[in-house]
Amino acid sequence: MATELDKVDVVTIGVGWTGGIIAAEAAKAGLSVVGLERGRERGTEDYQNIHDEYKYAIRYELMQDVSKETLTFRNNREQRALPMRQLGSFLLGENLGGAGTHWNGQTWRFLPYDFEIRSMTEERYGSEKLREDEGYRLQDWGITYDELEPYFDQFEKTAGISGEDNPMAGERSDAYPTPPMIKTRTLQMFEEASTNLGYSPIMMPSANLSEQYENPDGESIAACQYCAFCERFGCEYGAKSSPEVTVIPTARKTGNYEVRTHANVVEVLKDEDDDSRVTGVRYVDVRTGEEFIQPADVVVLTSYVFNNYKLLRVSDIGQQYDPETEEGTLGRNYCYQIFGGATGYFDEQFNTFMGAGALGMAFDDFNGDNFDHSDLDFLHGGNMAITQTGNRPIATNRTKPDTPSWGSEFKKESIESYTRTLRVQGQCAILPHRDNYLDLDETYNDVYGVPLVKLTFNFTDQDLAVQKYVTEKAGEVMEEMGANDVVLDAASTDYDITPYQSTHNTGGTVMGDDPETSVTNTYLQHWDRDNLFVVGAGSFAHNSGYNPTATVGALAYRCAEGVIRFAEEGGRLEEE
Amino acid sequence: MADKTNKEKQFSRRDFLKTTGVATGGIIGGSMLGGLVGFRLDSPTEEADTGQQSAEQGAEGGGNSGSYNPGRMFFHNDTTFDTISQAMERIYPEDDMGPGAIALGAPFFLDMQLAGEYGNNTREYMQGPFYEGEATQGYQSRLIRSELFRLGIERLDTEANEMFDDDFRNLDGGQMDEILTRFQEGEADMGVPAATAKPQDFFRLLRSATIEGVYADPLYRGNHNMEGWKMKNFPGHQHAYIQEIDTDSFTEIEPQPLFGGNH
Ligand SMILES: Cc1cc2nc3c(=O)[nH]c(=O)nc-3n(C[C@H](O)[C@H](O)[C@H](O)COP(=O)(O)OP(=O)(O)OC[C@H]3O[C@@H](n4cnc5c(N)ncnc54)[C@H](O)[C@@H]3O)c2cc1C
Ligand code: SF4
Repeated sequence: MATELDKVDVVTIGVGWTGGIIAAEAAKAGLSVVGLERGRERGTEDYQNIHDEYKYAIRYELMQDVSKETLTFRNNREQRALPMRQLGSFLLGENLGGAGTHWNGQTWRFLPYDFEIRSMTEERYGSEKLREDEGYRLQDWGITYDELEPYFDQFEKTAGISGEDNPMAGERSDAYPTPPMIKTRTLQMFEEASTNLGYSPIMMPSANLSEQYENPDGESIAACQYCAFCERFGCEYGAKSSPEVTVIPTARKTGNYEVRTHANVVEVLKDEDDDSRVTGVRYVDVRTGEEFIQPADVVVLTSYVFNNYKLLRVSDIGQQYDPETEEGTLGRNYCYQIFGGATGYFDEQFNTFMGAGALGMAFDDFNGDNFDHSDLDFLHGGNMAITQTGNRPIATNRTKPDTPSWGSEFKKESIESYTRTLRVQGQCAILPHRDNYLDLDETYNDVYGVPLVKLTFNFTDQDLAVQKYVTEKAGEVMEEMGANDVVLDAASTDYDITPYQSTHNTGGTVMGDDPETSVTNTYLQHWDRDNLFVVGAGSFAHNSGYNPTATVGALAYRCAEGVIRFAEEGGRLEEE
Repeated sequence: MADKTNKEKQFSRRDFLKTTGVATGGIIGGSMLGGLVGFRLDSPTEEADTGQQSAEQGAEGGGNSGSYNPGRMFFHNDTTFDTISQAMERIYPEDDMGPGAIALGAPFFLDMQLAGEYGNNTREYMQGPFYEGEATQGYQSRLIRSELFRLGIERLDTEANEMFDDDFRNLDGGQMDEILTRFQEGEADMGVPAATAKPQDFFRLLRSATIEGVYADPLYRGNHNMEGWKMKNFPGHQHAYIQEIDTDSFTEIEPQPLFGGNH
């Protein structure tokens, strides 16, 4: 039998950026908060001997243990879904800080176009362009960029983001809290080339801070030392903004916050007497196997896209999406990203082994609706970037398409190209399609006996078209940078879950202003259960041509405001 | 600096290969330079050559692994270890760029990996049922890596005997490459249903483990003397590049291992 614990005001499931932000804000407001995190406690002191590519970047030391839980995957409904037995395409977070520990820190705000993509597209190009007959399901997010701007600003100030103004993006109420990072030689080459071509490059907004910074909560973040072990690693200097160096200590300092690690939540408990409420959660202590019930006035799901979906589904909260009838909202609008880039081969050697996770330059001339799509067979686009994140030798073995992948020729070319190649790459949006969605698997379970999430996803024509377009543009930039040879990325075909692409999964628990097409309102409050909030990239109605976390952070601050208001006043938050 | 010594080493090694009359990268080059002393009981000539090689290495000041032998945890059988070592050497051969997989200790890297988490797939989802999936669905075999390697090594010999009437480790480099290509392209016979193991799965693991063994921190017993990193100009574990990051010219930095360096 499960042991019932004392009730708290707020419980969050998972302690990454979203769980940490909710905890910090709610605890500062005087609410008692428990964060249930299935992984371990960890912090800067654990990252002092971390410059080990094999352990951290190749064997995924910091990420989710998929022997315990993974998901199943198929490209379409005709296939049998099979477990993702090893991490690959995306690297799920686990332990204190979640994926925020080992992220790069490229911190872009989504565009004004993103939040109103349906109405703006219709207005500019007519409703034909929405391609509904082909199964595309664009929808507005129920909130505008301007409404979300203060929350973006709040997240950037908490994290101390280093950056400069972007002429191709939404208006800012304030400058970035810290100046941009150092513009290295290869970044300058990109800047010059893209400026020559008429684009507007800027330094990438970065959570690897350009200088020491104290955030509004009094947390101190160090200056980045450009150690080049950043993406997939924790920062040994406390210089990469992460939940462990910002919101988690802020929440703890209040005395109102407890993080309970090794606590794997398996169910959200519905109120038997009131179908507009939940009462708390049930979890398993992963070390002892004991079960506990944690009652709470407010439950906030902050366990990332897949588990936010899964906890709702296994708890039978909301209606599962059915791709045949298109009824139900839970699980719909799953999106991802598609990349298209160009590799340039040079005679010159560059310091490619130096870098930082968010050291880069980029332009948005081919992102969102910043360019005319009238004569194009796709919508949206992608942020075009060069980065210098610190190439490492196991993962970086570039060869030309006709070179064998092993043997002497491979060895020579991969060694020479290690310091003599640069890449420019577009990170392209994926738009929601009727056939791409989350469901629950009928065959495979996690170690706690709960079914795995089943992902059905493939790239659609729209995605492949945007990739092709952006790949060619990347090639032009690389030509202009003076490469001897420019090799364009091969076109994608079916989505493959094995090679790393990005941990930018979105959708499944979409926000909006209409319960017919969304799971929560724009305070991230569940439509059916007033004291249940669901926040993360799962809230995105589609995916943009940017990394997600600035927008995730903004939504978390908005959600925190909702949680606090709900704790004080109760009721439906969309009814102002 | 690092680069200069490296070039000298490459030069003397090339010289040595010329004088012994052995083609670079062939089977003999591989095993000789790998410190597999005593494994080739059937091949006394090569043992003698190996002795010569050790002397040569001494002259170079310990530039490559020579008789580097940290011991084995997984491959208890000498022949099995020799077979996989030869296969790894074909993936990443000794040549005029520098040492190959064997001299770098990559087989010892693999040996330790197979004995641990990696070989036992302890952090991977290994619950059934198992089905042969689409390529886009990734690894679906019920075999853990150590089992797949054992099976793959057996099948290298089966293919070798069918095609060339000898065990894999006794073939010449070109013949080994032919066989490895058959695995890579999914043509080799694994002797089990495709749902259990595909030849390309074994090849993919062999290739990635070789590259990992060549370039992982020396902590893992490969990348001997950081020679893998030196070829590539990768400085390993450096605390920070903040002093150098804005220099316009290429900067050579002597590599450091994660533990035991002179930081
Ligand atoms: C390698 C990498 C690089 C990235 N780089 C960037 C970048 O440059 N820019 C960017 O914007 N984004 C980047 N991201 C994405 C970014 O890390 C995520 O968007 C962000 O961290 C998500 O925060 P979250 O709180 O929603 O989820 P997570 O950080 O995933 O936190 C969820 C937490 O919930 C816990 N949990 C899950 N299920 C349960 C359960 N049932 N019970 C208890 N606990 C549970 C998990 O253990 C985890 O700690 C990157 C991600 C990765 C992996
Ligand atoms: S690159 Fe900078 S922010 Fe990233 S881990 Fe190294 S010091 Fe920290």
